Amino acid sequence: MTGKMRVRLSSTLQLTGGPGSAFEVHAETISELMASLVDRYPSFQQMLDRGVAVSIDGQIFRDDWTQAIPATAEVFLIPRIEGG
Amino acid sequence: MGHDQKYVDKKYEVVGTRFNRPDGIDKVTGKARYGADASAPGQLVGRVLRSPHAHAQILKINTKKAEKLPGVKSVVTFEDMPDLTGGDQGLADILENCMARGRALYDGHAVAAVAAVDEQTAAKALKLIDVKYKKLPHVTDVDEAMSESAPVIHDRIITRGVEPAPTKPSNISARTQMGYGDVDAGFAEADVIVEKTYKTEQTHQGYIEPHACLASVNPDGTAELWVTTQGHFVFRNVCASLLGFDIAKLKVTSSEIGGGFGGKTHVWAEPVALALSRKANRPVKLVMGRDEVFRATGPTSSTSIDVKMGAKKDGTITAAVAEMRYQGGAFPGNWAMLACMTAFACYDIKNNKSIGWDVIVNRPKVAAYRAPSAPMAAFAVESTIDVLAKEIGVSPIDMRLKNVAREGTVAPYGPTYGPIGIEHTLQAVKDHPHMRAKLKKNQGRGVACGFWFNIGGQTCTDLNIGVDGTVNLTLGTVDVGGSRSSMAMIAAEELGIPYEQVRANIADTTSLGHNDMTEGSRGTFSSGMATVFAARDAISVLKQRAAKMWGVPEEDVVWENGQAVATGTGHGNLPPLTLKEIAAKSGRTGGPIAGHNEVTADGAGMGFASHICDVEVDPETGRSTIVRYTVVQDAGKAINPDYVEGQFQGGATQGIGWALNEEYIYGKDGCLQNPGFLDYRIPVCSDLPFIDTKILEVPNPLHPYGVRGVGETSIVPPLAAVGNAIANATGVRMTHAPMSPPRVLAAIDDRENAG
Amino acid sequence: MSNATLVSTTVNGDPVQFACPTDESLMTALRNRVGLTGVKEGCGTGDCGACSITLDGDLVCSCLVLGVEAEGREVATVEGLSADGELHPLQQKFIDHAALQCGICTPGFLVAAKALLDRNPNPNETEIRYALAGNLCRCTGYDKIVHAVQAAAKDMRKKKRR
Repeated sequence: MTGKMRVRLSSTLQLTGGPGSAFEVHAETISELMASLVDRYPSFQQMLDRGVAVSIDGQIFRDDWTQAIPATAEVFLIPRIEGG
Repeated sequence: MGHDQKYVDKKYEVVGTRFNRPDGIDKVTGKARYGADASAPGQLVGRVLRSPHAHAQILKINTKKAEKLPGVKSVVTFEDMPDLTGGDQGLADILENCMARGRALYDGHAVAAVAAVDEQTAAKALKLIDVKYKKLPHVTDVDEAMSESAPVIHDRIITRGVEPAPTKPSNISARTQMGYGDVDAGFAEADVIVEKTYKTEQTHQGYIEPHACLASVNPDGTAELWVTTQGHFVFRNVCASLLGFDIAKLKVTSSEIGGGFGGKTHVWAEPVALALSRKANRPVKLVMGRDEVFRATGPTSSTSIDVKMGAKKDGTITAAVAEMRYQGGAFPGNWAMLACMTAFACYDIKNNKSIGWDVIVNRPKVAAYRAPSAPMAAFAVESTIDVLAKEIGVSPIDMRLKNVAREGTVAPYGPTYGPIGIEHTLQAVKDHPHMRAKLKKNQGRGVACGFWFNIGGQTCTDLNIGVDGTVNLTLGTVDVGGSRSSMAMIAAEELGIPYEQVRANIADTTSLGHNDMTEGSRGTFSSGMATVFAARDAISVLKQRAAKMWGVPEEDVVWENGQAVATGTGHGNLPPLTLKEIAAKSGRTGGPIAGHNEVTADGAGMGFASHICDVEVDPETGRSTIVRYTVVQDAGKAINPDYVEGQFQGGATQGIGWALNEEYIYGKDGCLQNPGFLDYRIPVCSDLPFIDTKILEVPNPLHPYGVRGVGETSIVPPLAAVGNAIANATGVRMTHAPMSPPRVLAAIDDRENAG
Repeated sequence: MSNATLVSTTVNGDPVQFACPTDESLMTALRNRVGLTGVKEGCGTGDCGACSITLDGDLVCSCLVLGVEAEGREVATVEGLSADGELHPLQQKFIDHAALQCGICTPGFLVAAKALLDRNPNPNETEIRYALAGNLCRCTGYDKIVHAVQAAAKDMRKKKRR
């Protein structure tokens, strides 16, 4: 197991009872990250229901939760966007 | 099988050249079948009754007389579409938007519908439906809807994103804030500060084909839907949920689609057509009239935006703040949030803050429109940058280059950018001959930039090789603008065969796994990736078969230029086997040869563009004419440059229409006054010059060919590019779009009166 | 169908009869009764040109003509444009120049462009733009359409000389 990674959140995803602007977590994939997040902050589930995407080193992953997260990556949670 | 989506630089044989589209002949001969072009035995004509009021309580709907009219086979109201959404508010909103439930929320809101044997009977039946309304106070303006005195449209709406949460309901569904740094400190550093307020009016995607479908429901709960849509799999899932069908028992076929631009990502009348068919036990064809399309589907937000930006004398922008109010129609949306994410995305601004207010009004439910929310924010920001540049005395391009976002810049929405192309597009604009073209009297030149995310999503593709070696490529992303040709080119490239040997088709929902919408510029990115992988799958099968035919180990076979080649000691002299030769023997080497891929494509890569616009303004009438226009955009990799250019030109033209003419006009009664192409004027051929394009290719690191989405970004810069050009032509800064002749004339007159 | 009238007309050179109500548009009659769905409905009010046809050689929006007005006249639609198994040069150039994206407006543009080239075989850019100003396209920005018409006109002039 590698060390903890730091995950930052867009201000739009910050809510009472949530992790604030950043938190640290052990996770090797997006789904592990989301599971620990909801485990520690159950109220964050409402954000997931509304849609959350994960930016890993500047590339946005909206749907593929099997995506591996490199230990040294910059990880940022943003709202899930749609297009025309 | 796992495939690597990483970009690999290579030389292409097919990709990057220009080929004719496989559906071209059908479309120039009138054979192509669109939403309204299908029929079924015994089909009925469906028609929808719509609210004439902006906001009204529906006291009673009496359908008895209509039902008794000979030839009427079914009449439905909300009672025939019970709420099965199980607490999913988003889905409940869609249901209520398809058919009013006790309250009409906007002019044009569906209230009832009929199915009858012919058009005349259906029209007569609509008149026999008696609806008792009680008019309620309405609000259609975004700023008015936010005021304390505005009628509150939904009691259940408590503003999200405000802490502590408000105790009273309002029309503000959400507040969003993004950005970083200390804007106050940034403004303190600035030598010049510019502060302005902008307004943009509501526009419609304006696809030429109205919404149309043919629905057929059987008594056993099986059903079929033929429909013009950007995503038949998503339509299937939504319609099945709303009507209580099993997903596998609802077969949805996407017709050829006559334009979408985001407006055909949402269901409108399709669930109603299914409900009519279920009740009548006969197929129902429902085609909207143009007025219905305007009144009840699609439009984008109208907005009101404050921007404040500060810069040092050397052009460095030290702080930027935008406060943006977007209306989403009669239901909550996240349009202002998207504005917050895109407003300053082209720039590296140390201190930036975007605040968004999502607002509910009595207008149709807003849908995505090509890079949704970004053009209005760009109008405000890119106009302000020009004002700032002028006050400082720097050229608008140098001002932008000085502050441009690059790889490593922190995006306003948080993450750090990877490789992006905005600087490349600006540099290309600076070097473009357009910038040196002579301007005549009353002419001006404007430049503006634009950003859109692009998205990926669920995608599934089949590739089947016939015994003669021709290839069927089966796709699930609707082809809105020619993507079948690009996909066939990609398959041909991978397999090493001529383009003409591949035939690309769009499958119905029973023939392929789920595919998300063709939206977010994702078609070529996502299906392109799935096609690469499906072809690689097929190649591994082809190699196995060749090994069997030769009797050599599989690992000694490689695929080169459309044929299997045996390598390694002992079988170097074997002549290669072509795809055709292997396919011909497939029946005896293990059966049909196919490749398949399902992928959640992610990492679509950001799209950036810079546009140049030359405009001539008639000082007598205020009419603006576009005299020259150039689009420079990063495509990552252009698969079929013809259709990439087409996206650039089409997006720019929609933006020009928005900038100069297009707007929803609501009366005091809250009703739409211009629901037709005569009064809602989109650009026509004689309005425009040729639109020059320059495709840049900064590869997307997360696509095997480096593809980025290209469909949407081109609509983002035009509003500001036109506004900046008008400012340079007239000396008048327009802050209200569209910059139609009366508005420009009034602004010129105001200045002359003041001066 | 009340008040139906029998209409005898010529469509793309062939004799055709259909019965339609007196208030039905020719566009609807051609689509629903003659089966020519290449005639597209974009607005029904004569603003978009998707339903363009020629009536005795004159370009009209078929949504603004009644079905009964076709009695004894010559109707030409996009379906009649190609002959002897070959595409009309306009059809071929529209494909070659990627002058269509969604394609819904294409039949109307082809009919309007043919009407232009029939009376003016060598139009300049401005003439093309004004001749096609009654046809709305939302996808292309018209750029490639104008190029396609120019190329087809050149092609047709060459063929004529031969």
